[in-house]
Amino acid sequence: MSDVRLGRISTRLFRVWHRNLTVYRRIWKVVFLPPLLEPLLYLAAFGVGLSILIGTVQYDHKDISYISFIAPALIAVNIMYSAFFENTYASFVRLYYQKTFDAMMATPLCLEEIMTGEIVWAATKAVVATAIMQGVISVFGFIHYPEGLLIIPLAFLGGIAFGSIGLFFTGIVRAIEMFNLPIFLFITPMFLFGGTFFPLENLPSWAQKFAMVFPLTHLVTLARALAFGSLSPALWWHLAYLLAFSGVFFYLALAAMHRHLIE
Amino acid sequence: MQHVMKADGATKAFGDFVAVDNLTFHVQPQECFGILGPNGAGKTSMIRMSYGFSPLTGGTLTVFGRSIVDSWRKIKSRIGVCQQENNLDPDLTVRQNLVVFARYFNIPKTHAQKQADKLLAFMALDHRRADKVTKLSGGMMRRLVLARSLVNDPDLLILDEPTTGLDPQSRHQVWEKLGELKSRGLTILLTTHYMDEAARLCDRLVIMDRGRILVEGTPGNLIRQHVGHEVIEVATPSSQLRTYLANQQMRYEDLGHRLIIYGEKGDALFHKITEDYCEESCVLRMSTLEDVFLKLTGRGLRE
Repeated sequence: MSDVRLGRISTRLFRVWHRNLTVYRRIWKVVFLPPLLEPLLYLAAFGVGLSILIGTVQYDHKDISYISFIAPALIAVNIMYSAFFENTYASFVRLYYQKTFDAMMATPLCLEEIMTGEIVWAATKAVVATAIMQGVISVFGFIHYPEGLLIIPLAFLGGIAFGSIGLFFTGIVRAIEMFNLPIFLFITPMFLFGGTFFPLENLPSWAQKFAMVFPLTHLVTLARALAFGSLSPALWWHLAYLLAFSGVFFYLALAAMHRHLIE
Repeated sequence: MQHVMKADGATKAFGDFVAVDNLTFHVQPQECFGILGPNGAGKTSMIRMSYGFSPLTGGTLTVFGRSIVDSWRKIKSRIGVCQQENNLDPDLTVRQNLVVFARYFNIPKTHAQKQADKLLAFMALDHRRADKVTKLSGGMMRRLVLARSLVNDPDLLILDEPTTGLDPQSRHQVWEKLGELKSRGLTILLTTHYMDEAARLCDRLVIMDRGRILVEGTPGNLIRQHVGHEVIEVATPSSQLRTYLANQQMRYEDLGHRLIIYGEKGDALFHKITEDYCEESCVLRMSTLEDVFLKLTGRGLRE
Protein backbone atom coordinates (compact mmCIF):
# COMPACT_ATOMS: atom_id res chain seq x y z
CA MET A 1 0.00 0.00 0.00
CA SER A 2 2.76 2.38 0.91
CA ASP A 3 4.17 2.00 -2.61
CA VAL A 4 1.55 4.34 -4.03
CA ARG A 5 2.92 7.87 -4.13
CA LEU A 6 0.30 10.48 -4.89
CA GLY A 7 3.02 13.13 -5.14
CA ARG A 8 4.09 11.62 -8.45
CA ILE A 9 0.86 12.61 -10.17
CA SER A 10 1.42 15.39 -12.69
CA THR A 11 -0.71 16.88 -15.45
CA ARG A 12 0.61 14.08 -17.65
CA LEU A 13 -2.44 12.17 -16.44
CA PHE A 14 -4.33 14.05 -19.17
CA ARG A 15 -2.24 12.18 -21.77
CA VAL A 16 -3.99 9.03 -20.63
CA TRP A 17 -7.31 10.87 -20.57
CA HIS A 18 -6.60 12.16 -24.08
CA ARG A 19 -5.93 8.63 -25.34
CA ASN A 20 -9.39 7.59 -24.21
CA LEU A 21 -10.90 10.70 -25.78
CA THR A 22 -9.22 9.85 -29.09
CA VAL A 23 -10.79 6.39 -29.02
CA TYR A 24 -14.15 7.84 -27.93
CA ARG A 25 -14.18 10.25 -30.84
CA ARG A 26 -13.90 7.32 -33.25
CA ILE A 27 -16.99 5.69 -31.85
CA TRP A 28 -18.92 8.62 -30.36
CA LYS A 29 -21.97 8.12 -32.52
CA VAL A 30 -22.59 4.76 -30.88
CA VAL A 31 -21.70 5.89 -27.36
CA PHE A 32 -23.75 9.06 -27.72
CA LEU A 33 -27.11 7.38 -28.21
CA PRO A 34 -27.81 5.57 -24.89
CA PRO A 35 -27.76 8.66 -22.63
CA LEU A 36 -29.92 10.44 -25.20
CA LEU A 37 -32.55 7.72 -25.55
CA GLU A 38 -32.40 5.95 -22.21
CA PRO A 39 -34.00 8.76 -20.16
CA LEU A 40 -36.83 8.88 -22.65
CA LEU A 41 -37.43 5.16 -22.20
CA TYR A 42 -37.30 5.45 -18.42
CA LEU A 43 -39.51 8.49 -18.35
CA ALA A 44 -42.00 6.76 -20.60
CA ALA A 45 -42.06 3.55 -18.56
CA PHE A 46 -41.92 4.93 -15.03
CA GLY A 47 -43.32 8.37 -15.64
CA VAL A 48 -46.26 7.52 -17.86
CA GLY A 49 -46.84 3.91 -16.84
CA LEU A 50 -46.23 4.02 -13.07
CA SER A 51 -47.42 7.60 -12.53
CA ILE A 52 -50.97 6.49 -13.11
CA LEU A 53 -50.68 3.98 -10.26
CA ILE A 54 -48.68 6.19 -7.92
CA GLY A 55 -49.89 9.68 -8.58
CA THR A 56 -47.86 12.02 -6.36
CA VAL A 57 -44.98 11.64 -3.93
CA GLN A 58 -44.22 13.61 -0.77
CA TYR A 59 -40.92 15.44 -1.11
CA ASP A 60 -39.78 18.26 1.16
CA HIS A 61 -43.35 18.55 2.58
CA LYS A 62 -44.79 19.07 -0.86
CA ASP A 63 -46.71 16.82 -3.18
CA ILE A 64 -44.88 16.39 -6.46
CA SER A 65 -45.58 14.24 -9.50
CA TYR A 66 -43.88 10.84 -9.52
CA ILE A 67 -42.20 11.55 -12.83
CA SER A 68 -40.49 14.70 -11.55
CA PHE A 69 -39.48 12.74 -8.43
CA ILE A 70 -37.60 10.09 -10.37
CA ALA A 71 -36.15 12.29 -13.15
CA PRO A 72 -33.15 13.57 -11.08
CA ALA A 73 -32.63 10.06 -9.67
CA LEU A 74 -32.31 8.74 -13.22
CA ILE A 75 -29.56 11.28 -13.80
CA ALA A 76 -27.77 10.09 -10.64
CA VAL A 77 -28.12 6.44 -11.68
CA ASN A 78 -26.76 7.34 -15.12
CA ILE A 79 -23.72 8.98 -13.49
CA MET A 80 -23.13 5.81 -11.48
CA TYR A 81 -23.43 3.49 -14.45
CA SER A 82 -21.33 5.62 -16.82
CA ALA A 83 -18.37 5.87 -14.48
CA PHE A 84 -18.61 2.43 -12.89
CA PHE A 85 -18.83 0.56 -16.19
CA GLU A 86 -16.04 2.61 -17.75
CA ASN A 87 -13.62 1.80 -14.95
CA THR A 88 -14.67 -1.84 -14.65
CA TYR A 89 -15.32 -3.51 -18.01
CA ALA A 90 -13.58 -0.95 -20.24
CA SER A 91 -10.57 -0.49 -17.95
CA PHE A 92 -10.34 -4.26 -17.46
CA VAL A 93 -10.13 -4.77 -21.22
CA ARG A 94 -7.34 -2.19 -21.41
CA LEU A 95 -5.57 -3.77 -18.45
CA TYR A 96 -5.95 -7.45 -19.32
CA TYR A 97 -6.56 -7.95 -23.00
CA GLN A 98 -5.06 -4.89 -24.66
CA LYS A 99 -2.17 -4.43 -22.19
CA THR A 100 -2.56 -0.70 -22.74
CA PHE A 101 -1.17 0.10 -19.30
CA ASP A 102 1.90 -2.09 -19.82
CA ALA A 103 2.74 -0.09 -22.93
CA MET A 104 2.18 3.19 -21.08
CA MET A 105 4.46 2.08 -18.28
CA ALA A 106 7.38 2.07 -20.73
CA THR A 107 6.89 5.81 -21.26
CA PRO A 108 7.52 8.69 -18.82
CA LEU A 109 4.07 8.06 -17.32
CA CYS A 110 3.82 6.46 -13.89
CA LEU A 111 1.16 4.11 -12.63
CA GLU A 112 -0.43 6.77 -10.45
CA GLU A 113 -0.91 9.05 -13.47
CA ILE A 114 -2.25 6.27 -15.67
CA MET A 115 -4.86 5.25 -13.11
CA THR A 116 -5.84 8.82 -12.24
CA GLY A 117 -6.22 9.46 -15.97
CA GLU A 118 -8.57 6.48 -16.17
CA ILE A 119 -10.70 7.69 -13.27
CA VAL A 120 -10.83 11.29 -14.53
CA TRP A 121 -11.82 9.92 -17.92
CA ALA A 122 -14.69 7.92 -16.36
CA ALA A 123 -15.83 11.09 -14.57
CA THR A 124 -15.67 12.98 -17.87
CA LYS A 125 -17.87 10.37 -19.50
CA ALA A 126 -20.30 10.74 -16.62
CA VAL A 127 -20.37 14.51 -17.19
CA VAL A 128 -21.00 14.13 -20.92
CA ALA A 129 -23.75 11.56 -20.36
CA THR A 130 -25.30 13.79 -17.71
CA ALA A 131 -25.25 16.87 -19.92
CA ILE A 132 -27.01 15.01 -22.71
CA MET A 133 -29.55 13.41 -20.41
CA GLN A 134 -30.19 16.61 -18.49
CA GLY A 135 -30.80 18.41 -21.77
CA VAL A 136 -33.49 15.91 -22.68
CA ILE A 137 -35.10 15.99 -19.23
CA SER A 138 -35.00 19.79 -19.10
CA VAL A 139 -37.19 19.96 -22.20
CA PHE A 140 -39.99 18.47 -20.06
CA GLY A 141 -39.39 21.11 -17.38
CA PHE A 142 -38.28 18.73 -14.64
CA ILE A 143 -35.18 20.72 -13.73
CA HIS A 144 -35.13 24.02 -11.96
CA TYR A 145 -32.50 26.51 -13.14
CA PRO A 146 -30.00 28.00 -12.34
CA GLU A 147 -29.52 25.53 -9.42
CA GLY A 148 -29.83 22.66 -11.90
CA LEU A 149 -26.57 23.71 -13.55
CA LEU A 150 -24.72 22.47 -10.47
CA ILE A 151 -25.71 18.94 -11.47
CA ILE A 152 -22.86 19.06 -14.01
CA PRO A 153 -20.02 19.46 -11.45
CA LEU A 154 -21.92 17.01 -9.23
CA ALA A 155 -21.73 14.50 -12.11
CA PHE A 156 -17.96 14.92 -12.13
CA LEU A 157 -17.71 14.22 -8.40
CA GLY A 158 -20.08 11.26 -8.70
CA GLY A 159 -18.00 10.04 -11.63
CA ILE A 160 -14.84 10.16 -9.53
CA ALA A 161 -16.59 8.25 -6.73
CA PHE A 162 -18.00 5.46 -8.88
CA GLY A 163 -15.00 5.39 -11.21
CA SER A 164 -12.68 4.94 -8.24
CA ILE A 165 -14.63 2.07 -6.73
CA GLY A 166 -14.94 0.54 -10.21
CA LEU A 167 -11.19 0.69 -10.77
CA PHE A 168 -10.66 -0.72 -7.30
CA PHE A 169 -12.68 -3.80 -8.30
CA THR A 170 -10.75 -3.98 -11.59
CA GLY A 171 -7.55 -4.15 -9.58
CA ILE A 172 -8.74 -7.09 -7.52
CA VAL A 173 -10.80 -9.29 -9.86
CA ARG A 174 -8.98 -11.89 -11.93
CA ALA A 175 -11.63 -12.54 -14.58
CA ILE A 176 -14.07 -10.23 -16.29
CA GLU A 177 -17.06 -12.39 -15.23
CA MET A 178 -16.29 -11.57 -11.61
CA PHE A 179 -17.70 -8.07 -12.03
CA ASN A 180 -21.11 -9.71 -11.66
CA LEU A 181 -20.42 -9.87 -7.96
CA PRO A 182 -19.98 -6.16 -7.15
CA ILE A 183 -22.84 -5.39 -9.54
CA PHE A 184 -25.15 -7.82 -7.77
CA LEU A 185 -24.05 -6.95 -4.24
CA PHE A 186 -23.35 -3.25 -4.57
CA ILE A 187 -24.69 -1.56 -7.70
CA THR A 188 -28.12 -3.18 -7.99
CA PRO A 189 -29.11 -2.74 -4.30
CA MET A 190 -28.16 0.92 -4.58
CA PHE A 191 -30.10 1.29 -7.79
CA LEU A 192 -33.21 -0.07 -6.07
CA PHE A 193 -32.88 1.19 -2.51
CA GLY A 194 -30.82 4.38 -2.73
CA GLY A 195 -33.84 6.69 -2.61
CA THR A 196 -34.19 6.42 -6.37
CA PHE A 197 -37.65 5.09 -7.12
CA PHE A 198 -39.32 5.76 -3.76
CA PRO A 199 -38.48 8.04 -0.84
CA LEU A 200 -36.07 6.60 1.72
CA GLU A 201 -38.66 7.35 4.41
CA ASN A 202 -40.76 4.46 3.09
CA LEU A 203 -38.10 2.04 4.35
CA PRO A 204 -37.89 0.79 7.96
CA SER A 205 -35.52 2.96 9.97
CA TRP A 206 -32.69 0.40 10.10
CA ALA A 207 -32.76 0.15 6.31
CA GLN A 208 -32.77 3.93 6.02
CA LYS A 209 -29.60 4.08 8.09
CA PHE A 210 -28.06 1.30 6.05
CA ALA A 211 -28.87 3.09 2.78
CA MET A 212 -26.74 6.00 3.99
CA VAL A 213 -23.66 3.84 3.41
CA PHE A 214 -24.42 3.79 -0.32
CA PRO A 215 -22.77 6.62 -2.24
CA LEU A 216 -25.72 6.62 -4.65
CA THR A 217 -28.09 7.64 -1.84
CA HIS A 218 -26.10 10.82 -1.36
CA LEU A 219 -25.75 11.45 -5.07
CA VAL A 220 -29.51 11.05 -5.58
CA THR A 221 -30.30 13.38 -2.65
CA LEU A 222 -27.96 16.03 -4.04
CA ALA A 223 -29.20 15.70 -7.62
CA ARG A 224 -32.83 15.91 -6.50
CA ALA A 225 -32.23 18.97 -4.34
CA LEU A 226 -30.45 20.72 -7.22
CA ALA A 227 -33.13 19.72 -9.72
CA PHE A 228 -35.85 21.15 -7.44
CA GLY A 229 -33.80 24.16 -6.51
CA SER A 230 -34.41 23.44 -2.82
CA LEU A 231 -30.96 23.92 -1.33
CA SER A 232 -30.39 23.38 2.40
CA PRO A 233 -27.40 23.18 4.76
CA ALA A 234 -28.05 19.43 5.20
CA LEU A 235 -26.72 18.93 1.67
CA TRP A 236 -23.19 19.68 2.88
CA TRP A 237 -23.06 16.41 4.74
CA HIS A 238 -24.10 14.47 1.64
CA LEU A 239 -21.42 16.29 -0.31
CA ALA A 240 -18.85 15.58 2.41
CA TYR A 241 -19.74 11.89 2.35
CA LEU A 242 -19.28 11.70 -1.43
CA LEU A 243 -15.96 13.51 -1.20
CA ALA A 244 -14.68 11.21 1.54
CA PHE A 245 -15.90 8.11 -0.31
CA SER A 246 -14.12 9.30 -3.47
CA GLY A 247 -10.91 10.00 -1.61
CA VAL A 248 -10.81 6.62 0.10
CA PHE A 249 -11.59 4.59 -2.99
CA PHE A 250 -9.32 6.68 -5.20
CA TYR A 251 -6.43 5.67 -3.00
CA LEU A 252 -7.60 2.05 -2.73
CA ALA A 253 -7.97 1.85 -6.52
CA LEU A 254 -4.39 3.03 -7.05
CA ALA A 255 -3.12 0.64 -4.40
CA ALA A 256 -5.00 -2.32 -5.93
CA MET A 257 -3.69 -1.48 -9.39
CA HIS A 258 -0.19 -1.09 -8.06
CA ARG A 259 -0.34 -4.52 -6.46
CA HIS A 260 -1.72 -5.97 -9.65
CA LEU A 261 0.61 -4.41 -12.23
CA ILE A 262 3.92 -3.78 -10.55
CA GLU A 263 5.85 -6.95 -9.93
CA MET B 1 33.76 6.25 -21.53
CA GLN B 2 30.46 6.65 -19.74
CA HIS B 3 28.19 3.63 -19.68
CA VAL B 4 24.70 3.90 -21.07
CA MET B 5 23.47 1.36 -18.57
CA LYS B 6 25.15 -0.15 -15.58
CA ALA B 7 23.67 -2.94 -13.46
CA ASP B 8 25.51 -3.57 -10.24
CA GLY B 9 24.35 -6.61 -8.34
CA ALA B 10 20.84 -6.19 -9.74
CA THR B 11 18.53 -8.65 -8.01
CA LYS B 12 14.84 -9.41 -8.37
CA ALA B 13 13.03 -11.77 -6.04
CA PHE B 14 9.36 -12.77 -6.05
CA GLY B 15 8.88 -14.09 -2.56
CA ASP B 16 11.31 -16.98 -2.20
CA PHE B 17 11.98 -17.26 -5.91
CA VAL B 18 14.99 -15.29 -7.11
CA ALA B 19 14.41 -14.48 -10.78
CA VAL B 20 17.47 -12.28 -11.22
CA ASP B 21 20.37 -13.05 -8.93
CA ASN B 22 23.04 -10.43 -8.49
CA LEU B 23 23.59 -9.40 -12.12
CA THR B 24 26.44 -7.07 -12.95
CA PHE B 25 26.96 -5.82 -16.50
CA HIS B 26 27.21 -2.60 -18.42
CA VAL B 27 26.09 -1.41 -21.80
CA GLN B 28 28.44 0.87 -23.70
CA PRO B 29 27.44 3.69 -26.05
CA GLN B 30 26.60 2.63 -29.60
CA GLU B 31 26.84 -1.07 -28.94
CA CYS B 32 24.24 -3.76 -29.14
CA PHE B 33 24.32 -5.71 -25.91
CA GLY B 34 22.49 -9.03 -25.72
CA ILE B 35 21.01 -10.93 -22.82
CA LEU B 36 20.58 -14.56 -23.83
CA GLY B 37 19.04 -17.35 -21.89
CA PRO B 38 16.46 -20.12 -22.00
CA ASN B 39 12.85 -19.53 -20.95
CA GLY B 40 12.67 -18.54 -17.30
CA ALA B 41 16.32 -17.48 -17.14
CA GLY B 42 15.31 -14.04 -15.86
CA LYS B 43 15.77 -12.05 -19.07
CA THR B 44 12.40 -10.33 -19.02
CA SER B 45 12.65 -9.63 -15.29
CA MET B 46 15.99 -7.95 -15.91
CA ILE B 47 14.59 -5.95 -18.84
CA ARG B 48 11.59 -4.84 -16.81
CA MET B 49 13.88 -3.53 -14.12
CA SER B 50 15.97 -1.74 -16.70
CA TYR B 51 13.13 0.52 -17.81
CA GLY B 52 11.73 1.11 -14.37
CA PHE B 53 8.62 -1.07 -14.68
CA SER B 54 9.64 -3.34 -11.88
CA PRO B 55 11.57 -2.14 -8.83
CA LEU B 56 14.86 -3.83 -7.90
CA THR B 57 14.88 -6.07 -4.85
CA GLY B 58 18.60 -5.48 -4.43
CA GLY B 59 21.58 -3.84 -6.13
CA THR B 60 21.61 -0.70 -8.23
CA LEU B 61 20.82 0.19 -11.78
CA THR B 62 21.91 3.38 -13.47
CA VAL B 63 20.94 4.54 -16.94
CA PHE B 64 22.68 7.51 -18.58
CA GLY B 65 24.57 7.87 -15.33
CA ARG B 66 21.41 8.37 -13.25
CA SER B 67 19.73 6.07 -10.78
CA ILE B 68 16.52 4.46 -12.05
CA VAL B 69 14.99 4.96 -8.59
CA ASP B 70 15.40 8.73 -8.48
CA SER B 71 15.44 9.74 -12.14
CA TRP B 72 12.92 7.27 -13.58
CA ARG B 73 11.02 9.92 -15.48
CA LYS B 74 14.10 11.49 -17.09
CA ILE B 75 15.42 8.05 -18.00
CA LYS B 76 12.12 6.79 -19.38
CA SER B 77 11.78 9.84 -21.59
CA ARG B 78 15.10 8.96 -23.28
CA ILE B 79 14.60 5.24 -23.86
CA GLY B 80 12.47 3.29 -26.28
CA VAL B 81 11.04 -0.03 -25.18
CA CYS B 82 9.79 -2.82 -27.38
CA GLN B 83 8.01 -5.21 -25.04
CA GLN B 84 7.54 -8.89 -25.70
CA GLU B 85 3.80 -8.75 -26.37
CA ASN B 86 2.38 -6.70 -29.21
CA ASN B 87 0.54 -4.35 -26.89
CA LEU B 88 -0.48 -2.01 -29.68
CA ASP B 89 -3.69 -0.10 -29.17
CA PRO B 90 -6.37 -2.01 -31.10
CA ASP B 91 -8.82 0.87 -30.66
CA LEU B 92 -6.61 3.11 -32.80
CA THR B 93 -5.31 3.15 -36.37
CA VAL B 94 -1.69 2.39 -37.28
CA ARG B 95 -0.75 6.06 -37.44
CA GLN B 96 -2.77 7.01 -34.37
CA ASN B 97 -0.85 4.40 -32.41
CA LEU B 98 2.30 6.41 -33.00
CA VAL B 99 0.78 9.85 -32.53
CA VAL B 100 -1.01 8.91 -29.30
CA PHE B 101 2.11 7.21 -27.97
CA ALA B 102 4.14 10.35 -28.71
CA ARG B 103 1.79 12.29 -26.44
CA TYR B 104 2.88 10.18 -23.49
CA PHE B 105 6.33 11.72 -24.01
CA ASN B 106 4.90 15.25 -24.13
CA ILE B 107 5.93 15.53 -27.77
CA PRO B 108 4.08 18.45 -29.42
CA LYS B 109 1.39 17.49 -31.91
CA THR B 110 3.02 18.70 -35.15
CA HIS B 111 6.32 17.09 -34.27
CA ALA B 112 4.54 13.87 -33.29
CA GLN B 113 2.78 13.73 -36.64
CA LYS B 114 6.01 14.35 -38.54
CA GLN B 115 7.73 11.70 -36.46
CA ALA B 116 4.89 9.23 -37.10
CA ASP B 117 5.10 9.72 -40.86
CA LYS B 118 8.87 9.38 -40.85
CA LEU B 119 8.73 6.15 -38.84
CA LEU B 120 5.94 4.66 -40.93
CA ALA B 121 8.07 5.25 -44.01
CA PHE B 122 11.14 3.78 -42.33
CA MET B 123 9.26 0.64 -41.31
CA ALA B 124 7.53 0.32 -44.71
CA LEU B 125 4.07 0.70 -43.16
CA ASP B 126 3.09 3.82 -45.09
CA HIS B 127 0.37 2.12 -47.06
CA ARG B 128 -1.34 0.78 -43.92
CA ARG B 129 -1.42 4.03 -41.96
CA ALA B 130 -5.21 4.31 -41.79
CA ASP B 131 -5.86 0.63 -41.03
CA LYS B 132 -6.76 -0.76 -37.65
CA VAL B 133 -3.81 -2.58 -36.12
CA THR B 134 -5.84 -5.78 -35.79
CA LYS B 135 -5.75 -6.03 -39.60
CA LEU B 136 -1.94 -6.15 -39.71
CA SER B 137 0.12 -9.29 -40.08
CA GLY B 138 2.39 -10.42 -37.23
CA GLY B 139 5.47 -9.00 -38.93
CA MET B 140 3.81 -5.66 -39.56
CA MET B 141 2.62 -5.43 -35.97
CA ARG B 142 6.14 -6.06 -34.80
CA ARG B 143 7.50 -3.35 -37.07
CA LEU B 144 4.86 -0.99 -35.73
CA VAL B 145 5.83 -1.79 -32.14
CA LEU B 146 9.42 -1.08 -33.15
CA ALA B 147 8.38 2.18 -34.79
CA ARG B 148 6.46 3.11 -31.66
CA SER B 149 9.52 2.54 -29.50
CA LEU B 150 11.41 5.05 -31.66
CA VAL B 151 8.83 7.80 -31.45
CA ASN B 152 10.81 9.79 -28.86
CA ASP B 153 14.15 9.47 -30.72
CA PRO B 154 15.57 7.37 -27.89
CA ASP B 155 19.21 7.22 -26.87
CA LEU B 156 18.76 3.62 -25.81
CA LEU B 157 16.51 1.04 -27.40
CA ILE B 158 15.42 -1.89 -25.22
CA LEU B 159 14.10 -4.92 -27.09
CA ASP B 160 12.57 -7.92 -25.35
CA GLU B 161 12.57 -10.84 -27.79
CA PRO B 162 11.87 -8.69 -30.83
CA THR B 163 11.35 -11.47 -33.36
CA THR B 164 9.67 -14.23 -31.38
CA GLY B 165 6.83 -15.73 -33.38
CA LEU B 166 7.73 -14.13 -36.71
CA ASP B 167 8.16 -15.90 -40.03
CA PRO B 168 11.69 -15.89 -41.54
CA GLN B 169 10.93 -13.04 -43.95
CA SER B 170 9.64 -10.83 -41.17
CA ARG B 171 12.55 -11.70 -38.89
CA HIS B 172 15.04 -10.71 -41.55
CA GLN B 173 13.21 -7.47 -42.18
CA VAL B 174 13.27 -6.63 -38.46
CA TRP B 175 16.97 -7.49 -38.30
CA GLU B 176 17.66 -5.26 -41.26
CA LYS B 177 15.90 -2.33 -39.58
CA LEU B 178 17.74 -2.97 -36.32
CA GLY B 179 21.01 -3.14 -38.23
CA GLU B 180 20.22 0.22 -39.79
CA LEU B 181 19.48 1.75 -36.39
CA LYS B 182 22.68 0.32 -35.01
CA SER B 183 24.75 1.75 -37.82
CA ARG B 184 23.29 5.16 -37.01
CA GLY B 185 24.83 4.82 -33.58
CA LEU B 186 21.82 3.84 -31.49
CA THR B 187 22.63 1.85 -28.34
CA ILE B 188 20.58 -1.33 -28.10
CA LEU B 189 19.86 -3.72 -25.24
CA LEU B 190 18.31 -6.91 -26.52
CA THR B 191 17.06 -10.19 -25.10
CA THR B 192 16.54 -13.20 -27.28
CA HIS B 193 16.68 -16.95 -27.31
CA TYR B 194 17.51 -17.05 -30.99
CA MET B 195 21.23 -17.52 -31.28
CA ASP B 196 21.41 -16.53 -34.94
CA GLU B 197 19.75 -13.26 -33.96
CA ALA B 198 22.26 -12.63 -31.20
CA ALA B 199 25.22 -13.58 -33.38
CA ARG B 200 24.04 -11.25 -36.09
CA LEU B 201 23.12 -8.22 -34.00
CA CYS B 202 25.09 -8.26 -30.75
CA ASP B 203 28.53 -6.77 -30.25
CA ARG B 204 28.70 -8.23 -26.77
CA LEU B 205 26.40 -10.49 -24.86
CA VAL B 206 25.84 -12.42 -21.69
CA ILE B 207 24.33 -15.86 -21.47
CA MET B 208 22.29 -16.26 -18.33
CA ASP B 209 20.46 -19.13 -16.72
CA ARG B 210 18.47 -19.41 -13.51
CA GLY B 211 18.95 -15.74 -12.78
CA ARG B 212 22.74 -15.71 -13.07
CA ILE B 213 25.23 -14.73 -15.75
CA LEU B 214 27.17 -17.76 -17.00
CA VAL B 215 29.50 -16.03 -19.48
CA GLU B 216 30.07 -12.65 -21.03
CA GLY B 217 31.89 -11.73 -24.23
CA THR B 218 31.68 -11.11 -27.95
CA PRO B 219 29.91 -13.83 -29.95
CA GLY B 220 33.18 -14.77 -31.71
CA ASN B 221 35.19 -15.06 -28.52
CA LEU B 222 32.53 -17.10 -26.76
CA ILE B 223 32.45 -19.56 -29.62
CA ARG B 224 36.25 -19.89 -29.70
CA GLN B 225 36.51 -20.23 -25.92
CA HIS B 226 33.77 -22.72 -25.33
CA VAL B 227 33.32 -24.86 -28.42
CA GLY B 228 36.11 -24.09 -30.88
CA HIS B 229 35.75 -23.45 -34.59
CA GLU B 230 34.10 -26.54 -35.81
CA VAL B 231 31.66 -29.18 -34.69
CA ILE B 232 31.06 -32.70 -35.80
CA GLU B 233 27.67 -34.12 -35.05
CA VAL B 234 27.52 -37.89 -35.18
CA ALA B 235 24.20 -39.66 -35.17
CA THR B 236 24.18 -43.24 -33.81
CA PRO B 237 27.90 -43.23 -32.94
CA SER B 238 29.87 -46.48 -32.78
CA SER B 239 31.50 -47.71 -29.57
CA GLN B 240 34.92 -47.47 -31.27
CA LEU B 241 34.42 -43.74 -31.72
CA ARG B 242 33.53 -43.33 -28.05
CA THR B 243 36.71 -45.17 -27.04
CA TYR B 244 38.76 -43.08 -29.44
CA LEU B 245 37.38 -39.81 -28.07
CA ALA B 246 37.97 -40.86 -24.48
CA ASN B 247 41.59 -41.73 -25.28
CA GLN B 248 42.32 -38.58 -27.24
CA GLN B 249 40.90 -36.23 -24.60
CA MET B 250 38.77 -34.33 -27.06
CA ARG B 251 35.99 -31.94 -26.06
CA TYR B 252 32.70 -33.61 -26.76
CA GLU B 253 29.21 -34.14 -25.44
CA ASP B 254 27.55 -37.52 -25.35
CA LEU B 255 23.80 -37.31 -25.75
CA GLY B 256 23.40 -41.10 -25.98
CA HIS B 257 22.11 -41.42 -29.50
CA ARG B 258 24.18 -38.49 -30.67
CA LEU B 259 27.69 -37.15 -30.18
CA ILE B 260 28.70 -33.51 -30.46
CA ILE B 261 32.46 -33.12 -30.91
CA TYR B 262 34.06 -29.70 -30.65
CA GLY B 263 37.32 -28.94 -32.42
CA GLU B 264 39.63 -26.45 -34.08
CA LYS B 265 40.05 -25.80 -37.76
CA GLY B 266 42.99 -27.75 -39.15
CA ASP B 267 43.03 -30.01 -36.12
CA ALA B 268 44.37 -33.30 -37.42
CA LEU B 269 42.77 -35.51 -34.76
CA PHE B 270 39.49 -33.83 -35.38
CA HIS B 271 39.63 -34.55 -39.08
CA LYS B 272 40.69 -38.12 -38.49
CA ILE B 273 37.26 -38.71 -36.98
CA THR B 274 35.55 -37.66 -40.15
CA GLU B 275 37.74 -40.06 -42.11
CA ASP B 276 37.85 -43.07 -39.79
CA TYR B 277 34.64 -43.15 -37.83
CA CYS B 278 32.04 -41.51 -39.96
CA GLU B 279 30.35 -44.05 -42.10
CA GLU B 280 27.00 -42.30 -42.22
CA SER B 281 24.97 -39.50 -40.69
CA CYS B 282 27.96 -37.45 -39.72
CA VAL B 283 27.97 -33.68 -40.17
CA LEU B 284 30.95 -31.38 -40.03
CA ARG B 285 30.00 -27.72 -39.69
CA MET B 286 31.13 -24.37 -38.34
CA SER B 287 30.34 -24.03 -34.66
CA THR B 288 27.76 -21.45 -33.71
CA LEU B 289 26.60 -19.54 -30.69
CA GLU B 290 23.88 -22.13 -30.32
CA ASP B 291 26.55 -24.74 -29.52
CA VAL B 292 27.91 -22.48 -26.78
CA PHE B 293 24.44 -21.84 -25.47
CA LEU B 294 23.42 -25.49 -25.32
CA LYS B 295 26.76 -26.52 -23.86
CA LEU B 296 26.42 -23.97 -21.05
CA THR B 297 22.73 -24.11 -20.29
CA GLY B 298 22.23 -27.80 -20.89
CA ARG B 299 19.73 -29.54 -23.09
CA GLY B 300 16.94 -30.09 -20.60
CA LEU B 301 13.58 -28.53 -21.40
CA ARG B 302 12.63 -25.39 -19.49
CA GLU B 303 8.91 -25.54 -19.36
